[in-house]
Amino acid sequence: MTVPAAPDAPLLRIDALTKSFGGFVALNDVSVQVRKGERFGLIGPNGSGKTTLVHCISGALRPNKGAVIFGGEDVTPLPPNQRSRRGIARSFQIPRPFRSMTVLENLMVALDFAAGRETLESTAHRREAAMSILARIGLAAKAESPTATLTQVELRKMELARAMATGPKLLISDEAMAGLSTSEVDEVLDLLMSLGGDDIAIIMIEHIMQAVMRFSQRVMCLDAGRIIAIGPPAEVMANARVQEAYLGT
Amino acid sequence: MQRRSIAFWLGAVVFLAAMLAMTQLVRNEYPFFAGYVILQFVVLAVAWTILGGYAGYVNFGTNAFFGVGVYTAVLLVKAFGAPLPVQIATAAVVGSLLGLGVGLLTLRMRGIFFSIATIALAIIIETSITNFRFVGGAAGIQLQRPPVTAPFDSYVKMLFFVQALLVVIAVAITRGIQNSRIGRGLHALRDDELAAECTGVPTLRLKLLACVISGALMAAAGAPAAMYLQYANPDSAFNLNYSVSVLAMALIGGTAHWIGPVLGAILLGATQQLLAVTISSEVNVLVLGVMLVLFVVAAPKGVIGLVQRQPKRRGGSK
Repeated sequence: MTVPAAPDAPLLRIDALTKSFGGFVALNDVSVQVRKGERFGLIGPNGSGKTTLVHCISGALRPNKGAVIFGGEDVTPLPPNQRSRRGIARSFQIPRPFRSMTVLENLMVALDFAAGRETLESTAHRREAAMSILARIGLAAKAESPTATLTQVELRKMELARAMATGPKLLISDEAMAGLSTSEVDEVLDLLMSLGGDDIAIIMIEHIMQAVMRFSQRVMCLDAGRIIAIGPPAEVMANARVQEAYLGT
Repeated sequence: MQRRSIAFWLGAVVFLAAMLAMTQLVRNEYPFFAGYVILQFVVLAVAWTILGGYAGYVNFGTNAFFGVGVYTAVLLVKAFGAPLPVQIATAAVVGSLLGLGVGLLTLRMRGIFFSIATIALAIIIETSITNFRFVGGAAGIQLQRPPVTAPFDSYVKMLFFVQALLVVIAVAITRGIQNSRIGRGLHALRDDELAAECTGVPTLRLKLLACVISGALMAAAGAPAAMYLQYANPDSAFNLNYSVSVLAMALIGGTAHWIGPVLGAILLGATQQLLAVTISSEVNVLVLGVMLVLFVVAAPKGVIGLVQRQPKRRGGSK
């Protein structure tokens, strides 16, 4: 089943993806590729299909048509946990922590079931790994706090930390900055910039334009389930259709 | 962890030794007759907690698994005159297979739908047994106890000790699950199933595993009941009271830790036995209802929630 990816093959290839809910077509024939280590921005008005696309990539939804190819392998029939083991991680638009657990335990879930678990055989090793991720994210002081006591920005960070703990090759951040103050937006943006790199591609869904412009190497704009523009951020922003659909001018 | 394990197994040995000593020293049979029922409920409540507490899937079909255990034993005795250990082992296997089947059919449903499906299961199996003439059908079946083996001087005392053994096995397995990554995975999927999946937790596999282990233990607990009563009929073996009592015991004790259902079963089971002697066996159900309401209102996390007001949770095992 697994075909070794060619050196310049894309990390993620979305192939003619269509997803409809009853008569409503949420995604219509969407095809796009994301390179290894790329910082990819995904924008579009509310209801344009951004989160549906994320659900299809992470496995929470099965597309009606089309395929999701990850690392050269067709992952379309796989459940989310199998995709997680292959390197697809995500955060949620509305944070979904494991509420009965502490921050550290949330990360331990990821490490307990991660693909590379063999290298972290003992619980002590996994704890250490979780603590080092928390330190990187800036949540080390909250490790033993129950998730119920976290602020909004801390919850967002915790979700990113938990996603990182699965050892991803692709991290999808679904509006991690929604509802945050300006300084908090900068904080989370810096964090996302630092998490990406040679090994981890990031797809960032965001409504905050300065953040998208600063973050993305490429931007894609969806409207009513179709791609209306894709390319360098400045180019996409200048696109008349994007301005019409998204900015409403 | 290491020290705690030693303490746990030491406790288990002391418990079994005490139970064995009791069977040798106490003459009166009644304490064993009543104690057997309490121990049986401890096994059922602990087994229920694996799926109902850790994974948050409320199983209303305890009576289905229990009854299947009873009738597996009846069938084996009737057909082959099988000895007690064989009855219990086979019941556990049948219970695990039933758990697997139920799990595959129903675990994709969530919340109340899963609970309703488990009730339906109990009704279907009870109806089948009612129409199964070989094991007595609706009228039930009388069973003859074989002669008792040393060192026990009565069959009830032996069954009491056997049930005590089952308690240790059930608690050891449940404790093992709680302290392993399986336990953490079950807790994660109870909190949020989609988030658990996306974090790499194979939720369906874990739920199936929980259902299989829970089912095996419940059926094993039911197997000796046939010989305990020397009689079995579908009405009592598949009585919905088992489901309700076990659920109440687990919730009253608290489901975050294996000690919860143990305490709950002892507390409620002992109260029921006491009331059955002093007032009437019908009053049981009333008391159960009142206690459940009291606990849901005053101590939603059960007895263990009362004991450790500020539950200390750690990344490691407990």
